[in-house]
Amino acid sequence: MNAPVQPSMLIKGATGDWEVVIGLEIHAQVTSKSKLFSGASTEFGGDPNAHVSLVDAAMPGMLPVINEECVAQAVRTGLGLKAQINLRSVFDRKNYFYPDLPQGYQISQYKSPIVGEGTVVVDLPDQDSFTVGIERLHLEQDAGKLLHDQHPTMTFVDLNRSGVALMEIVSKPDMRSADQARAYVTKLRTILRYLGTCDGDMEKGSLRADVNVSVRRPGAPFGTRCEIKNVNSIRFMGQAIDYEARRQIGILEDGGVIEQETRQFDAVKGETRAMRSKEEAHDYRYFPDPDLLPLELTQAYVDALKAHLPELPDEKKARFIRDFALKSEDAGVLVSERESADFYEAVLGQLADKARDGKLAANWVINELFGRLNKEGGAIATSPVSATQLAAIVDLIGDGTISGKIAKDLFEIVWTEGGDPRAVVETRGMKQVTDLGAIEKVVDDIIAANPDKAEQAKAKPAMVGWFIGQVMKSSGGKANPQTVNDLLKTKLGL
Amino acid sequence: MSVDAATVRRIAHLARIAVKDEEVPHLQGELNAILAFVEQLSEVDVGGVEPMTSVTPMVMKKRHDVVNDGEIADVVVANAPATEDHYFLVPKVVE
Amino acid sequence: MTDLTSLSLAEARQGLKAKAFTALELTDAHIFAVEKARALNAFVLETAEEARMMAQAADLRIARGEGGPLAGIPLGIKDLFATKGVRTTACSRILENFVPPYESTVTARLWHDGAVMLGKLNNDEFAMGSSNETSAFGPVVNPWRREGSDAKLVPGGSSGGSAAAVAAHLCLGATGTDTGGSIRQPAAFTGIVGMKPTYGRCSRWGIVAFASSLDQAGPFARTVRDTAILLRSMAGHDAKDTTSVDRPVPDYEAAVGQSIKGMKIGIPKEYRIDGMPAEIERLWRQGGEWLKAAGAELVEVSLPHTKYALPAYYIVAPAEASSNLARYDGVRYGARVPGRDIIEMYENTRARGFGPEVRRRIMIGTYVLSAGYYDAYYLRAQKVRTLIKRDFEECFARGVNAILTPATPSAAFGIGEKGGADPIEMYLNDIFTVTVNMAGLPGLAVPAGKDGQGLPLGLQLIGRPFDEEGLFSLGEVIEQAAGRFTPAQWW
Ligand SMILES: [Mg+2]
Ligand SMILES: [Zn+2]
Repeated sequence: MNAPVQPSMLIKGATGDWEVVIGLEIHAQVTSKSKLFSGASTEFGGDPNAHVSLVDAAMPGMLPVINEECVAQAVRTGLGLKAQINLRSVFDRKNYFYPDLPQGYQISQYKSPIVGEGTVVVDLPDQDSFTVGIERLHLEQDAGKLLHDQHPTMTFVDLNRSGVALMEIVSKPDMRSADQARAYVTKLRTILRYLGTCDGDMEKGSLRADVNVSVRRPGAPFGTRCEIKNVNSIRFMGQAIDYEARRQIGILEDGGVIEQETRQFDAVKGETRAMRSKEEAHDYRYFPDPDLLPLELTQAYVDALKAHLPELPDEKKARFIRDFALKSEDAGVLVSERESADFYEAVLGQLADKARDGKLAANWVINELFGRLNKEGGAIATSPVSATQLAAIVDLIGDGTISGKIAKDLFEIVWTEGGDPRAVVETRGMKQVTDLGAIEKVVDDIIAANPDKAEQAKAKPAMVGWFIGQVMKSSGGKANPQTVNDLLKTKLGL
Repeated sequence: MSVDAATVRRIAHLARIAVKDEEVPHLQGELNAILAFVEQLSEVDVGGVEPMTSVTPMVMKKRHDVVNDGEIADVVVANAPATEDHYFLVPKVVE
Repeated sequence: MTDLTSLSLAEARQGLKAKAFTALELTDAHIFAVEKARALNAFVLETAEEARMMAQAADLRIARGEGGPLAGIPLGIKDLFATKGVRTTACSRILENFVPPYESTVTARLWHDGAVMLGKLNNDEFAMGSSNETSAFGPVVNPWRREGSDAKLVPGGSSGGSAAAVAAHLCLGATGTDTGGSIRQPAAFTGIVGMKPTYGRCSRWGIVAFASSLDQAGPFARTVRDTAILLRSMAGHDAKDTTSVDRPVPDYEAAVGQSIKGMKIGIPKEYRIDGMPAEIERLWRQGGEWLKAAGAELVEVSLPHTKYALPAYYIVAPAEASSNLARYDGVRYGARVPGRDIIEMYENTRARGFGPEVRRRIMIGTYVLSAGYYDAYYLRAQKVRTLIKRDFEECFARGVNAILTPATPSAAFGIGEKGGADPIEMYLNDIFTVTVNMAGLPGLAVPAGKDGQGLPLGLQLIGRPFDEEGLFSLGEVIEQAAGRFTPAQWW
């Protein structure tokens, strides 16, 4: 499937090259109003135990009732990952004791998940795109939150998160560098946000990664892996992988063996360390939850969800390239965030001739707008130049009303002062001069004033650039550059 | 199959039930009596038989995604042995 | 027993309607009976004050012509049903002071129909037991005694308090739950009627869970008709329990007295077990003859996997229980026993909070689900369950309407007599009833006679899924033939 690992991805050890193998389990919070099995709110924050029903608190005799939207969201996500949707899946109980787990078990899907194998295509700058296999996606309950710093001898338990729906998305061990892992998570997050099935907000814990890392000699069988739990930023994930790979290589090169264990990333020290004590081997005693029937879906239900799926980044990118001849890289930038793509589409939607100016619009969105936003640290949602305004600017360039140079001035005015670009062009006299007579007069004047330069130009045609500059300068940039060029060539006899 | 004393202790720990040393032999005997009793299931030919998942065949109903529960923190913690500010309190957990 | 406590539920309903007495009078008579019968230890909580308020409310409704089907009928509630604002313990120390802020669906339906709650009834801890001896509140005493003996007998279990209270005329009916025979076995031991409905017929919401795939609530009463009246109020779909069935609830009472002519009754040969007392064998044959005399046809049937039901049950039920009871951890409710750290707190809480039988079953359940044993035990047991259900399906497919069996392999036994050395001895009590839970079918226990020592014996009728009506029709025939059974009052 994937080409042999590129030499640049290998890690140099003291005894030779090593290859790092990475697989990810992503816990993505399902976007829904209420919890997976109760009617309590999923809203972030809230007073302690406010978003908690008697079901979430596991009172005696309480029973789970599944939220149809969470099921639909999981199916949508599966479709977005080009994955197998299982028409029959089963909820199991994963049994263990922990104070953030009120039932004494997590309702999850073990043997029969709702989504099976799929794929994610990931792009990396200056590299070929690569594919990460999806092993499965299953629905499960989130746990509550423990606060350890409120009291000298007690831990505080808040069950607001308890029972919120999560999608656990398990990748195959298809990544070979921290860069690839980061790019995969970024891409997965983009897909989830396009689908609207997870907001991808890592700060609020909506997306958490368990990172499985092992190392091996290139081409050798997989090594023993360690799982780094609950990494909550893409940057930390990269650091954790690099540290962990180095650690494992160090052990192996010293003649040691890797012990399979669960580790934790310490962002302050930038290192991973073994987590729970090893004395307790986990034995989760999975079995089908007898409070829930098997989850059965019809193909018609899946098809209906599929029919209403939004266009996903890969398809959108292909369409931008096909319809507007965008460069692959530019199309990639536009689709990388749903907001960017939406903005570009909004601009397209308002262009007078999008077949003609679609590519121009892409350049303006990427270079002028995003460039400016980046520089000033602004977000698309609060951009001072709206899609409508930008479309008007592109229209004015496209139909020859203003030159590209003037357009930059216009953009600056609209950015700082706002207003309808067409009106600004009108009131400030920014229109490009296309009147042949007016331009001809300027051209004649300049040639007359610079006879020596005109002579030189005949021998050295590149000198025409100097004349163009002079003409543009004296016309205040409003002369149509093409017309000026044509006139100069005739008058100078080039 | 039968369990030894170590298994009795392991199971008790897994089930989070404290077992005193002197209780182990007795528990071991009881568990082994039950295991011996259920052992007769091994004589049943279950080849090709689906395990039962729901005794009454029907489609699982689903709830609509509406918030119609919660916001009852007082009630949620009312029976708890130890609380503060609507939090449940447990002995310090070391992670 | 006063006149008012001697009435059947249907008779009391009639008397209330005819204004022969008030609901308050009826309730007071039962409160008095409850107070006098404390030696039976049937009630773990008496709610006399609430009962009188409910009765007065019922009287007002009756006066306005708005009395529901159970208006003013005093009932006892098994302590496994959560009752809002009223202590609910499952008769376990681990829930000692638990006051639920919610009402179980089944009891809510009863109150909606006008019934009056006299209090909470004793049961085996978490419904685990067949004699009511595992209760944290101590054993219930069967109102029946052997002739010429004052030895205390068990009422059966786990719904022993419910059975004893109804048999002793402390209430007109009671709720029970049945996971392996916990309604039918105590009904048989106390000479009353008990119905375990089809799995899914009653909501499990708000009932302390023992084994989710087997638990089912049902009624106890002294007559088949009364039992039918109660079930109609208890049953029905509940959106809060997705394993409850969305189908209309029939008028079960209308089935009582319906002709059973032409019904095909299966007599399963596998229930003729070794060492079955001759009087039970005789009673069984007698029951068949009564049904035959009323126009039913008897056919011998085979349920070849019967003998595997009890061992499979003792894998499935403890497995589910071990998980269902994980929530009793001393964090959110119930008793907490401190420890040096959280793990010790859990272990101490659960070691002291649970009694020996519950601990034993949690351990067995934990073991059969643990790594390496799941396939050999739990998975195999669930496959055997499929075979047990298939046996019944094949039988019904051949036109059998219902199956007649003994309810229990013996009459009530003495407190402390069984299960001391070997837990299996106690488990064998459920040998005839447990198949019904494994297959999710309805089962009715009807008193049919007495043994040589004057103790009541019951027969069991097993029906097709959701054919509780057929069972009530058949049960009525046995009741008419066998008569009713009332213990002599000694308490
Ligand atoms: Mg995981
Ligand atoms: Zn997970």
